[in-house]
Amino acid sequence: MVSIATKWIGEWLEGLGRITLLAREAFASILAVKMSWRELLYQAYFAGVKSQSVVLITGAFTGMVLAAQTYFQFHKVKMDSATLAVVSVSMCSELGPVLTGLMVAGRVGAAIAAELGTMRVTEQIDALRTLATHPVDYLVAPRVLALHLVLPLLTAAAITLGIAAGYMVGVYLLGINGAYLWFNMIKYTGTSDVAIGLIKAFIFGGIVALVGCYKGLYCDEGAQGVGRATTEAVVYSSITILISNFFLTLILARIFNGV
Amino acid sequence: MIEVRDLQKSFGSHQVLDSITFRIEKGESLVIIGRSGGGKSVLLKHLVGLLKPDAGQVLIEGEDIVPMDERQLLRVRRKFGMLFQGAALFDSLTVAENVAFAFRGDRSMPEREVERKVAEVLEMVDLPGTQDKTPAELSGGMRKRVGLARAIIYQPEIVLYDEPTTGLDPIVSDSIDKLILRVRDCLDVTSVVVTHDMRSARRLGHRILMLHERRLYATGTPEEIFRTEDPVVRQFIEGVADVKEAPC
Repeated sequence: MVSIATKWIGEWLEGLGRITLLAREAFASILAVKMSWRELLYQAYFAGVKSQSVVLITGAFTGMVLAAQTYFQFHKVKMDSATLAVVSVSMCSELGPVLTGLMVAGRVGAAIAAELGTMRVTEQIDALRTLATHPVDYLVAPRVLALHLVLPLLTAAAITLGIAAGYMVGVYLLGINGAYLWFNMIKYTGTSDVAIGLIKAFIFGGIVALVGCYKGLYCDEGAQGVGRATTEAVVYSSITILISNFFLTLILARIFNGV
Repeated sequence: MIEVRDLQKSFGSHQVLDSITFRIEKGESLVIIGRSGGGKSVLLKHLVGLLKPDAGQVLIEGEDIVPMDERQLLRVRRKFGMLFQGAALFDSLTVAENVAFAFRGDRSMPEREVERKVAEVLEMVDLPGTQDKTPAELSGGMRKRVGLARAIIYQPEIVLYDEPTTGLDPIVSDSIDKLILRVRDCLDVTSVVVTHDMRSARRLGHRILMLHERRLYATGTPEEIFRTEDPVVRQFIEGVADVKEAPC
């Protein structure tokens, strides 16, 4: 039992070391501008434009259900007009970045791990290396930078649509006065809420790309290895997003609000 | 040109290579033979720094590549071209983009010059006019040819071939052998070929090196190897299995 635990901890620490080295190499490559610009544009298109529909649907329905649930509780204490303020603050600082991060982890993180994993088992990564191309410059750096850039944009879109959908539900379905809803939302939503959400999204983008690349580059041989890498990329990046979100909330609240 | 000194490699508790020492001279064509799973491809990957040995040295023109990190190795790898067992073409790129990959990001070479070189090298591997095809549209033999075109377009000094004829029919295998000879003679490159196709070994090598039970077992010219009376070498050349006859 002790030997199994020791082996598990050893493997976990080895993985942590490898992903840290990969992150260092990727950021050095980004800063040295060694990556392929064409690949960066393609990755931004794939991760950003192609993820829009899934992210917007998630944002809209989250805003709608949040508006309905908030109204059901606030109506009991005659605070109906504060409904959209709750939706807005929640969407900006928590639900927007976290749900967008999770959806992108499922769609893009899985695709990255599967693509790089397949490249590894078919020796395409080795072929890159023999062609004097560093896999981090060609494969990892463009994906990391693309996700760092597009996740805040997707999050902003999800937040905007979530608030708009919450407003629609409040006004047209629940019969709350639109002017009061809007006034309270503006009053209680600060610039810091939006900034916190976008900073979180920026960090979650890096997490999704790095975990996906790491799992793909170090996947086991065969179809089973690629399948496992894909699953693990989604699971590990989702868990990392959820855990890091808690700490980011505490740190960013202290920085922006002094709490 | 290439020197391997006392190379050792294990994967976990399984030792694959033990005390491997040999030299390859400039312009020489060396064929490495041995049984499947015997460490031939592992040895080949050590020559270009794709794998790190547990012990020993790999010297390329006198420079030990074992202590080098990945970025330092990029410089050394410009001397190499490599044809992989499954060709390892990039699925997302066309044939022309695969072949021209080495020139990606090289602003000193005009696009028209790259196109001319791609057309020239595809002509050399008998695949003219296939620039716009994708790897999925190619047969096994065509993929190997494109892989070879990609490996030689920048005129490397050393070309490594990992089982170039495996999985191909005898006629296509023969055409790949002839291509390898054409590349060797026209471009004057040093070649290292890993194979267990004895016909290819005989035709392609100036010298044959046989791996057996993790060690370098025999070395000599093709004539010496094919004439030897050593039972292990003879068994491999003649392809006789050890399977004991058992009643049904």
